Amino acid sequence: MSFLRITSPHGHSPLDTAQVMQAVLLATLPGIAVLTWFFGPGTLLNIVFGGVLALALEAIALRLRDRDPQRQLKDYSVLVTSTLLCIALPPYAPWWLIATGILSAVILGKHVFGGLGYNPFNPAMVGYVVLLISFPLQMSSWQAPRGLGEIPGVTESLTALFVPASYDGVTMATPLDLLRQNKGLLLDDLFSSTPQFGQWAGVGWEWVNIAFLAGGVWLIYRGIFTWHAPLAMLITLGLCAAIGFDSGSSESGGSPLFHWLSGATMFGAFFIITDPVSGATSNRGRLIFGALVGVLLYLIRVAGNYPDALAFAVLILNFAAPFIDQYTQPVTYGHKPTKEDDE
Amino acid sequence: MLADYALLLAGTVLVNNFVLVQFLGLCPFMGVSNKLETAMGMSAATTFVLTLASVCSYLTYTWLLVPLDLTYLRTISFILVIAVVVQFTEMVVRKSSPLLHRVLGVYLPLITTNCAVLGVALLNINQAHNFTQSLLYGFGAAVGFSLVLVLFAAMRERLTVADVPEPFQGAAIGMITAGLASLAFMGFAGLV
Repeated sequence: MSFLRITSPHGHSPLDTAQVMQAVLLATLPGIAVLTWFFGPGTLLNIVFGGVLALALEAIALRLRDRDPQRQLKDYSVLVTSTLLCIALPPYAPWWLIATGILSAVILGKHVFGGLGYNPFNPAMVGYVVLLISFPLQMSSWQAPRGLGEIPGVTESLTALFVPASYDGVTMATPLDLLRQNKGLLLDDLFSSTPQFGQWAGVGWEWVNIAFLAGGVWLIYRGIFTWHAPLAMLITLGLCAAIGFDSGSSESGGSPLFHWLSGATMFGAFFIITDPVSGATSNRGRLIFGALVGVLLYLIRVAGNYPDALAFAVLILNFAAPFIDQYTQPVTYGHKPTKEDDE
Repeated sequence: MLADYALLLAGTVLVNNFVLVQFLGLCPFMGVSNKLETAMGMSAATTFVLTLASVCSYLTYTWLLVPLDLTYLRTISFILVIAVVVQFTEMVVRKSSPLLHRVLGVYLPLITTNCAVLGVALLNINQAHNFTQSLLYGFGAAVGFSLVLVLFAAMRERLTVADVPEPFQGAAIGMITAGLASLAFMGFAGLV
């Protein structure tokens, strides 16, 4: 058995787990607000319903493992998981979809591995991928954004959540779907002929991404995580998009700006891959981790079968993270790197 | 032509990964993944055996079984040919290069009788691969196997220090991790 040897000096953060989690929750607020503005109250309801369920499941799991639920429930970590998952789920999803996702995330993604601090995969993304593979239809029906379709009210949203069959909303293909299915239209023509495309990316989506970017930058400013992983991911995603842009032909994979402001890019860059447990540990490792997520994100988005690729890219890199850590161990303070260091 | 070969290789390594997508070679995947070091030795041995087996079985099939009209004997003849070739190589390596034998030797007999090895040989025939394609398919399968085995070993080393609940300790948590990794690899579907 070999342990990772992260050597001194160990920096100490003045924040405890609960404060970090609170900051993350707070930073999602602008993104949630913009999502709610463009797609209606569905996301908010998802978050509330998912949060209650997640807290209950966490309490049960802690009770089963003879841990003190009081202490661990108060660190907000399960609320962060459920909130991140519910942001990623389509608004107006039926209750059983959310429940399955939360169950997979909290139990399969987290507690089976030993709870907070031990989960090798990002729990929210585990929940998302389980849902995406099991219920592709429900997972890919997104409400049309404000201006393109009617936004449901609160009552309608509640019925959509609890009486799934009765709800008949206006769903539309997302810009990423449209781009992938585009055959024969030049990119400029596609943008001007399809109402879902906005100024830079998709109507609504561009602002959602900008809001998450703002939240993420605030978190970096607060020192919750370092800039390495997000920046590396955004750079490689931009580079890949620039290479595949093809000057906007019908085969084009979309411009870098389009990819930065589409789907889950900013949400993923600042809220998912910065998870300190399932990501890489050292700064060099984070650079590699983020860069590879960016490459995979682009490849699966453009050529894969799924509506967005973030969850898969993250899970694949979570799987690779311990290996990345193994080879990016920081050098002991005061020593020069030697070959004998790797056993 | 070259692009086709590159796609075949990439497709075999990632999209149709032998372990996580086609579920072949699960026993060494679970059995030899407790330590990163042994996993690497196993990977090297597997790469050697799979590539060799793929080529040998292709040659056996094309130059022996098809001319003699004995294609229905392919399973048993592949087993024989692969076992003989690998065992022979192992003996040669043991006598000629003790160092290489220490690195590869112990894993060679282990992997020879594995389903991934026979799987590669039979899949080559099923998919009507030519010589170069068979070679690349065997090599790609091995690289894919090695990739996930090494990543999985690194992850299991970390899991040994995790506070896993008692009922899930050991093989159970390994299976769950492998399952989640398999879910992740489904994301590659459609890529090639």
